[in-house]
Order: sequence, then structure tokens, then C-alpha cells
Amino acid sequence: MSNAMPMRELKVGEKAKVVAITAIGELGRRIRDMGLVPGAELEVVGRAPLQDPVALRLTGFTLSLRNNEADYIAVERV
Amino acid sequence: MSKEIKVALAGNPNSGKTTAFNAITGARQHVGNYPGITVDKKEGFTTVGDNKIHLIDLPGTYSLTAYTMEEIVARNVVADQRPDVVIDVLNAGALERNLYLAIQLMEMGAPLVLALNMMDEANKQGMKIDIDKLSELLDVPVVETVARTGEGIPSLLEATVKCAAANQGKKWEPLAISYGPDLDPALDKMVALIEKNNLLTDRYPSRWTALKYLESDDEIMQLGREIHPVSAELEEIVKSVAKHLESTLATYPEAVIADYRYGYITSIVRQGVVTRLDSAADRVALSDKIDSVVTHRFLGPLIMLGIMYLIYQVTFTFSETPVGWFENFFGWLGETAEANMQDGLLKSLVVSGVIDGVGGVMGFVPLIMFMFLQIALLEDSGYMARVAYMLDRVFRFFGLHGCSVMPFIVSGGIAGGCAVPGVMAARTLRSPKEKLATLITAPFMACGAKLPVFLLFVGVFFEENQAMVMFLLTMAAWACALIVSKILRHTVIKGEATPFVMELPPYRFPTLRGLLIHTWERTWQYIKKAGTVILAISILIWAAMTFPNLPADQVAAFDAQKTVVQEQIDTANASGASVEALEEKLASIENEQAEVTLKNSYAGSIGVALEPVMSPVGFDWRTNIALVGGFAAKEVIVSTLGTAYSLGEVDPEDAAPLAERIAQDPNWTPSVAVAFLLFVLLYAPCFVTVVAIKQEANSWKWALFSVVFNTGLAYTVAVAVVQIGKLL
Ligand SMILES: Nc1nc2c(ncn2[C@@H]2O[C@H](COP(=O)(O)OP(=O)(O)O)[C@@H](O)[C@H]2O)c(=O)[nH]1
Ligand SMILES: [Mg+2]
Repeated sequence: MSNAMPMRELKVGEKAKVVAITAIGELGRRIRDMGLVPGAELEVVGRAPLQDPVALRLTGFTLSLRNNEADYIAVERV
Repeated sequence: MSKEIKVALAGNPNSGKTTAFNAITGARQHVGNYPGITVDKKEGFTTVGDNKIHLIDLPGTYSLTAYTMEEIVARNVVADQRPDVVIDVLNAGALERNLYLAIQLMEMGAPLVLALNMMDEANKQGMKIDIDKLSELLDVPVVETVARTGEGIPSLLEATVKCAAANQGKKWEPLAISYGPDLDPALDKMVALIEKNNLLTDRYPSRWTALKYLESDDEIMQLGREIHPVSAELEEIVKSVAKHLESTLATYPEAVIADYRYGYITSIVRQGVVTRLDSAADRVALSDKIDSVVTHRFLGPLIMLGIMYLIYQVTFTFSETPVGWFENFFGWLGETAEANMQDGLLKSLVVSGVIDGVGGVMGFVPLIMFMFLQIALLEDSGYMARVAYMLDRVFRFFGLHGCSVMPFIVSGGIAGGCAVPGVMAARTLRSPKEKLATLITAPFMACGAKLPVFLLFVGVFFEENQAMVMFLLTMAAWACALIVSKILRHTVIKGEATPFVMELPPYRFPTLRGLLIHTWERTWQYIKKAGTVILAISILIWAAMTFPNLPADQVAAFDAQKTVVQEQIDTANASGASVEALEEKLASIENEQAEVTLKNSYAGSIGVALEPVMSPVGFDWRTNIALVGGFAAKEVIVSTLGTAYSLGEVDPEDAAPLAERIAQDPNWTPSVAVAFLLFVLLYAPCFVTVVAIKQEANSWKWALFSVVFNTGLAYTVAVAVVQIGKLL
């Protein structure tokens, strides 16, 4: 748990594993619906031209979310 | 004996559900709306052997919570219509995430058949799925399909019929998975309470209801509260569990439930159901590579601009010819009626009210078709999601969504669009507040019908800088749309931004058939829905400009004048003298009569009555009537001004005489002209657009709001311009 960090800090090309989701309500639900739950592995594959939102690659699909939404996701690099 | 099997089709967005629906039902489908909301309701039929299958398409969802209309519709159809079988279409390539919905459907208890779709892509990725094992572990039939080619569809239908037969007359058997040592005891307690009091047990399995309470599902809890006091007890249990979780694990029930569901899925998939070989042919990986160019920091926006421009060009260039055909046809129809009907009210009603009204609506059809065809192309290929992704940062600042760009562009973000297909393009927006703000502000754009008005006035007042002023007007439209959105989202449409969390589906070649069905569905909805209301409104506007008739003595006076001139013409003709001057005199009497008739009508009375209100802006009754007429269609502004200035019918394309009149009129100072231009840009959308807004917002309230608010805004801006003009 010691090297857990907010997802916003990941750079394009880095891989990480979800440690915790702290979002509640609708945002929390949407994040989990897309398979972002503790243990899920992801890779940052791109950022939009204005650096926000960010594109994530999960098992078998690509997901995008805003930086301020990524702040609710704690990850650790793998 | 043939019997009807009711089948609901569920699945994640982009799983190929629509393609599967089309493959199963072919052309035998029917689109409507779920009552009270804008979610499309599609139904279709097919037969398998002796069995008639009635297929209901559920909206694409990732889950069955109560956060979106789509999810509520999906689960209510399953709960209330009790389909014999639910087919869940899964994107095999993202099996784990897709099973999340499947598990929830199983928890509702509906007999389920899994269609593992996109098997071609999964295979190409080097992914192996052990179907039999998956089927055995989940205890549901599993069929591999490639909806795009129709492969596996017959087996899917066979499995469906078999599943229906096996479950016929049986009670639904909801799946019960473990939610761990904290939630399971609470669930058991709640289930006992629910069953004892029969809370919603006729609609939902008791464990499912208990889960919804734990997930604090507003819809279910609301229902529960209304029905039975036991609801309060359940909420107490939930509260104490939540408190416990919070203090011991720093989490909450909803999150635990999701974790256990995914845990259950993982435990199944890990038993040798899926093997993934890393492979370069991976479609998602390929897609990410394309994205490194298409959403590149510099190239991305350029490519996007190019594509937007192309869409705009294609729509308005290609639809020009068919729009011309429609115009000619209705023109011919009008002339035929004109020539063959007796002068009088009925003729006027048929020609000016019905034919012009219906013609106006039908004229948009080719435009709408081309627009929707291209939107379908962007959606089905996966590019639309990228547009939203790239633009979200900008639009979010104004309280909008990345997907709002399409409605703005189509409405005239590039001058010359049309707000009707623009507003309809907002359908792709799934965030209700952002969508509403888009609907209200998109009509500010410089649509094609406003252009003749702009050209006329810009020609008179800004002869030297015409192009510049036209460009500035377009920019003003964008500025107003964005700023007003921001204001609206902080006031009447206040609320948090809807989470963006969105899938970027892999790029795929759309199928022609899919595109055509998509396009036709939407076009047909437009013709059907808009047609009826618009006909009624156009008759209303006709009546406002026709009644009350001019008092008989005034008509007689005009007739007397005309008779005198006509007699002079007859004598001149007989003597071979020139009649040109006399004919002009006759025409000018007729034009004057038209002016007086218009002024005397209800619309005219409105125009006159509005004079005190409009005097700070410097508009007289003529301008006011023209603006009232512009509510029918903005191009009517020019022709109504023509009538009001006694110039007879003015062709909006060639309004030189009108331009002269305006140039000479001392009322039209440059600042009044600028005020007028901005007023036309911003005021109430034309009624076809208003009807479209009603349809998309599903509320007359917001449609009316767009009329009142936009007009109020236009007025404020115009007054400001005139007052500032006075100071300068
Ligand atoms: N390769 C492949 N593509 C498919 C398959 N089924 C659908 N598609 C494509 O996937 C895209 C999305 O399909 P659609 O039916 O609109 O998905 P929906 O959002 O679930 O309705 C379209 O471009 C389809 O042509 C399939 O089995 N294999
Ligand atoms: Mg679809």
C-alpha cells in the first residue's frame, strides 16, 4: 500500500494496478461498472490534446475518464 | 400450434446489440419511445420453426442501477414484462466486464442466454474461450456469434427457443452469490423481512430488492417507502451495515457489492474459461495505435476540424438537389392548387397553411437523412467517442459535454447549417443536463435560413466589410451559445457535471445495412412526429396572418381604386397606348392592400401592440411582424418585411428593392441594424426546431423555455446595442 498514488500522476505508457476507488455515488458506480475495481490492471494509453481526459487500456477495452475523476482512483505502478 | 416467445435483448453499449437485433429481425422491426422518456423502444419479430419470437431491444447498459434512464428502462422491462428469455449480447473480447451485466440479469432471475459476440475479433486477438465450461459454471446456455456476418445467429435463436421451453411455467430462479461476511448476514435478515411483508415480491426477487437497498438505489427505495413501512426497517439495517463497513474497512456497501461481483466473475473466468495470448493483431491495441495519430495533440484537432467540415459540406451539398426536388414538388403543388381552386379562404388555407407548412417540413427531410447517415457513420465507426474525448475539456468548462460539438456544428456552427437536425443530433448525449443546455443554445447558431436576412442587412449597412461581418456574426453565435450554456448550467440547469467515464470502442468498419437502418429510423421518426404538430402550428400562423379580414368598406375602397385603374388599362389597351405605368399603379395598390391586410391581421395587431415594447430597440410594427413570421421559418422574415413595406412578395434570394427601401428608411440606423441582426441570431428558434427540442428534451416546458428565454436574451442584447449606439 505504501507506493499507492493518485492515477492522475501516471504518464502515458505506464502500467498500474488499481488499489482503491474512493469515489462515491454515481461516479463511483460508473467507475466500477467499467471494471475499474481494486486489483484491475490498466495502462495509460493516451491523453486528449488538452491533457484531459485520459485514455486507459483495461483487459480487452479502452476507457476514458477526466483527470478529476481519476483522482478518486488510487493505483500502484506495476 | 405456434406460440409467441417474448425475448428481451440486453447488452453493453458497443457490444453489437443493434447489429444482432437487425440480424435477428431483419426489416420486421418497429421503433417507438418508452412513454415519458426519450429512450428508443425497438421491437421486432421473427419465427423459428413453429415459434414466433417477439424481440424487445433493451437500451445498452453496463449495469442495472438507477442512475440513467437507460438502466431503469432495461430493468423495468425485465421486471414488468417478464420476458420468457433474456438474451445478453457480450463483447467476447472484454468478457469480464461484459459478464458484470450478465450477473445482474441472473440476479433478477430472468432465464438468460449469453451471446458471445465479436468472436471474430476475439479469435484474432488470440483469445480462447471455453464455451462449454463457461456455460457449465454459470449454468446458462452460451452461444458464439458474429452479429456482423450473421454467424451463430441461428444457433442463438435455437438456444433461445430451447431455453424458453425449458423454463416455461417455471418460477424464475435468481442467482444468489455471496457478498462476504459483512453483507451476507444483513442480506439474509433483509430477505426474511421482505418475504414476510411481501415487499415488491411480485416484481423483483427478494434478494435483489435487498441488494438494491444496500446499493441505496433511489428508485427501489422510493417504491418501497410508498408501499410498506418495513422499508424503514430495511433502511435501518443498511445504515448499520454501512457504518460498520465505514469504520472497519473504510468502504461502503455499494463498493463491496461490486467487488464481490467482479470477484465472482474472476473466479469463473480463471477456471480455464479464458486464455489470452498476447498478439499484435489485437484490435484494441491496433485501435490505440490509430488513436495515437487521430487523437494526437496537434494532428487530432486538425483531423477533427477536417472531418467536421467534410460532414457539413457533404450534408449541405448533397442534400441540395433532393431539397430542390422537394421544393419544386411543393411549389408545383402550391401552383396547381392556386390555379385550380376557387379564390377564397379554403384556397388560402390549403396553399399558404397546409402546403407551405408541410412543404417546409418535408424540405428538411433530405438534409436530416444525410446528417443522420453521417452521424451514424461516426458513431458506428467509433470516431464520435473520440470527438467527445478530445473536446471534453473545452466544453466541460462551459457546462457542456464533448458530444455537444456535433449539435452546434450542424445547427450552423459553420454558417449555413440547420438547427432541426442539429437539435436532433443531441440525441447522442447521454448526460441529461449537458444535453438540455445544448438543446437550448444550439439554435443560436447561424443557420441557413437566417443567412438571407443577414445578407440583406449586411449588404445595406456594411457594404465594405460583408465577409468580415458575416464571420463576426458566426463567432457571436458561438460566443453566445457557450456563455449562455455556462450561465444556464449555473442557474436553471444547475448541477454537477455528469461523469464522463466512457468507453472508447475500437475502430470498426460500419456495415451499410446498419447505417441505413439507423438513418431511416431517425428520419422516419422526424417525419411522423414533427409532421403532425408542425402542420397544426403552420395553420395557426397562417390564421394569425390572415384573420381578421380587412373590413368590407376598406376592401371595397381598394376594389374601387383597382377597378378605376383596370378600366384605364382597358381603355389604354383599346387605344394601343402604353399600359406599363398603369399596371405598376395597379400592382402598387395591390401591395398596399396586402400591407394594410397584414397590419389589420392578428399578427399585425401583435406587431403594432409590440411597438412600445420594441421601441427601445427601434423596431417598428413592420419589423415586429416580420419577426413574428420568422417564428415559422427564419427566411419568412425577408418576405414578410417585403409585404409590410408594400413591396408585394419579395424573393429572399433577390431582395434588392427591399434593400433600397431599408437604406432610405431613417428608422434603420446602423445601431438598430446591428441590434436587428443580433436579435434575429438569438431570438426564439423556428417552430420546427421548437418541436424538435420538445422531442429531444421530452418536455414542452423546455421547448417553451427556449422560446421565451432566447427571445428575452435577444431583446436584452438588442437594447444594449441600441443604447450603446446612442452613446457613441
Ligand atoms: N468484428 C465484429 N464487429 C461487429 C460485430 N457485431 C457488431 N460489430 C460492429 O460493432 C460496431 C458496434 O455495433 P452496434 O451493433 O452498433 O453496437 P451496440 O452499441 O451494442 O448497438 C458496429 O460497427 C458493428 O458493425 C461482430 O460480431 N464482429
Ligand atoms: Mg446500438
